[in-house]
Amino acid sequence: MTDTTLEFAPAAEPLEKNYLNEETTLWSWLTTTDHKRIGILYTLSITFFFFIGGLAIGVVRLELMTPHADIVSAEAYNRLFSLHGIIMVWFFLVPSIPTTLGNFLVPMMIGAHDVAFPRLNLLSWYLFMLGALFTLYVLIAGGVDTGWTFYTPLSTSYATGHVAAAAAGVFVAGFSTIATGVNFVATIHMLRAPGMTWFRLPLFVWSMYAVSLVMLLATPVLAMTLLLIFAERVFGMPVFDPAQGGDPLLFQHLFWFYSHPAVYIMILPAMGVVSEIFTCFARRRIFGYTFMVYALLAIAVVGFMVWGHHMFVAGQSALADLVFSFLSFIVAVPSAIKVFNWTATLYRGQISFEAPMLYAMGFLALFTLGGLTGLHLASVPLDIHLHDTYFVIAHFHFIMVGGTVSAFLGGIHYWWPKFTGRMYPESWARFAAITMSIGFITTFLPQYVMGYAGMPRRYQIYLPQFQIYHVISSVGAMILAVAYIMPLLYLGWSLLYGRRAGSNPWGATGLEWQTSSPPPKENFHGTPRVVEGPYVYHDAETASGSEQAAPRPQGAHR
Amino acid sequence: MSDSATILREPWPNIERQRYGAAFGIWIFLVTEMLFFGALFLNYAVNRSLHPEAFRIASHETDIVYGTANTLILLTSSLVMTLAERVAAANWRRLALTCLIVTASLGLAFLVVKGFEYSDDLSKGLLPGPNFALEPPSTQLFWGLYWIMTVVHAIHLTVGIGLVVWLSVLIARRVVPLGTTASEVISLYWHFVDVIWLTVYALIYLPGVA
Ligand SMILES: [Cu+2]
Repeated sequence: MTDTTLEFAPAAEPLEKNYLNEETTLWSWLTTTDHKRIGILYTLSITFFFFIGGLAIGVVRLELMTPHADIVSAEAYNRLFSLHGIIMVWFFLVPSIPTTLGNFLVPMMIGAHDVAFPRLNLLSWYLFMLGALFTLYVLIAGGVDTGWTFYTPLSTSYATGHVAAAAAGVFVAGFSTIATGVNFVATIHMLRAPGMTWFRLPLFVWSMYAVSLVMLLATPVLAMTLLLIFAERVFGMPVFDPAQGGDPLLFQHLFWFYSHPAVYIMILPAMGVVSEIFTCFARRRIFGYTFMVYALLAIAVVGFMVWGHHMFVAGQSALADLVFSFLSFIVAVPSAIKVFNWTATLYRGQISFEAPMLYAMGFLALFTLGGLTGLHLASVPLDIHLHDTYFVIAHFHFIMVGGTVSAFLGGIHYWWPKFTGRMYPESWARFAAITMSIGFITTFLPQYVMGYAGMPRRYQIYLPQFQIYHVISSVGAMILAVAYIMPLLYLGWSLLYGRRAGSNPWGATGLEWQTSSPPPKENFHGTPRVVEGPYVYHDAETASGSEQAAPRPQGAHR
Repeated sequence: MSDSATILREPWPNIERQRYGAAFGIWIFLVTEMLFFGALFLNYAVNRSLHPEAFRIASHETDIVYGTANTLILLTSSLVMTLAERVAAANWRRLALTCLIVTASLGLAFLVVKGFEYSDDLSKGLLPGPNFALEPPSTQLFWGLYWIMTVVHAIHLTVGIGLVVWLSVLIARRVVPLGTTASEVISLYWHFVDVIWLTVYALIYLPGVA
């Protein structure tokens, strides 16, 4: 059964009660405290914001087809890339995996009935929507031209546009992140099922734990920093104003104290997702489980000590440059450990290439490339050359889009049968996954080249010798757009017409696969008991490839 | 303890675990609050080390009387809040309710004193802006932080007062039992807001009399 694309559902048997059909009114969705439904609400919301942010950068890429200003004014250009950055960072990437897959899966994976504070979880979604819709309104109605970084004194004294309102929106959304973090930490500490010891937790749960710690410790600092911007801009309090002796560099320190760890808020969950996917589709135990756990925690901790690498050209002391550069190299070590361990997990695995696996493979390649170019930027002399060029843009898009978005889509496909009880059309999904990788590389590889050659970021009008790279990049962005719209269509189709999935279509281990699809409202019928560690796909001792602890079930795509 | 009367909610397996979980949750939240205020205190530390002389001049203008009175009020309120907890554990309903109401009233008293202090500050021209009374310009940094710190603290306190009032109404109407999980959570928050004030007091008022 390789191509099950258009196989219709078998004659509808009466479905048992599950979290989707228990209550179906809109009101029941808006007042739900079920972590699964909140996960779905978040998925719909951030998908919407993803396409808004994508639309904004679509116009920018179109504009950059020629070296002149063609479609939009200089001011509109600034506002478009600011809209793209603000929406994508705070209203897509930061919440992306934790609030969607994390909300749905953390309680299921540890054998709990819900997160620790279900009402706080719902409040988190409302705070998110309040902040997000308000910010969106502000960005469209008047706009902000500071970029997503809100640097002072541009943001406080000079920028026209609605800086204070946008900062307020992000501030509110920050508390939704904190609420999610509090919930995950309390849930993972307090609600593990009998026998689910810390070192039996799936790596996805560990990644959610690590990311929650980062969210809890970093987000409040951003909140205060935005509040200070607000106070300075609206109430005239001199906080960062150099005219009164204030220190704009202090703003940068505070901002990056959040925003570098925020990068790990975006990538740690992705690492958790691909760990689940690799083990399942290679039918292998994860290589070096404890190392993977400690690597996640090490990234979370060391990630807090490297923010100064954003300020090498900002007039920081040479000693600070040295220390931050050194620590930025150090933080690459646990990431490298993870890459090696994923590769080792695949080694001698019985690999099959379903769509989630394709996305995960894409993640591995693109994350590695993005990570390696991060080392260029961590080195002070190279960074002085590369700072504020397209090289930086390419670097973090390789991590954020090549890494996080790939993993997000991989996770959505992998757990789609669990969310909806339906299979997605495999061929379409494979096609979309491959299209995404092609589109991605076409878009961002040229940006490394032109960045290295000196093309600065955030410029609308540029030297003609860079045009060829910009044209390739824009064409890539169109391919990418197609690759993102495809899942929207075929996943929507599969909601109605997809083949019924059964409880465990991938033959995966993990508690979430031990219950029906879609799961009942209380997740499990009874409380599950855990007697072994995660990923028992394959006996560790007999790694010959002939024996399997959990054979592929019949009916899976082979 | 009136534990048996507390409602067991999903997803907790039993009351003790739920109680422990709620306390754990609020502790995590308070850690984030520490970082929230921490960013503000860092700002103070950096600017004070950059402009020691301006901070010396500016801090002389704060009014230690208001500051000390408010410190005493808040410390007393925390004491009464703790009493409320203990009395509730002994199941003395009326006294526990009285303690909660006294706590909220002391919180209000703090805000009233703060209001008088603000109007004094305004009349002395201590709001940063074009008509600011002090020289050099970097004294405005101190006073900017003064306003931001005290206002953010006052907002936290207002939330605290609201929570305590809400709790006492629920207890008075017997919607929740004495010693419910919420009261522990609210009292932890109340004490935290108190601790923040102590830090603000040390940073804002004490340098002026040193
Ligand atoms: Cu960084």
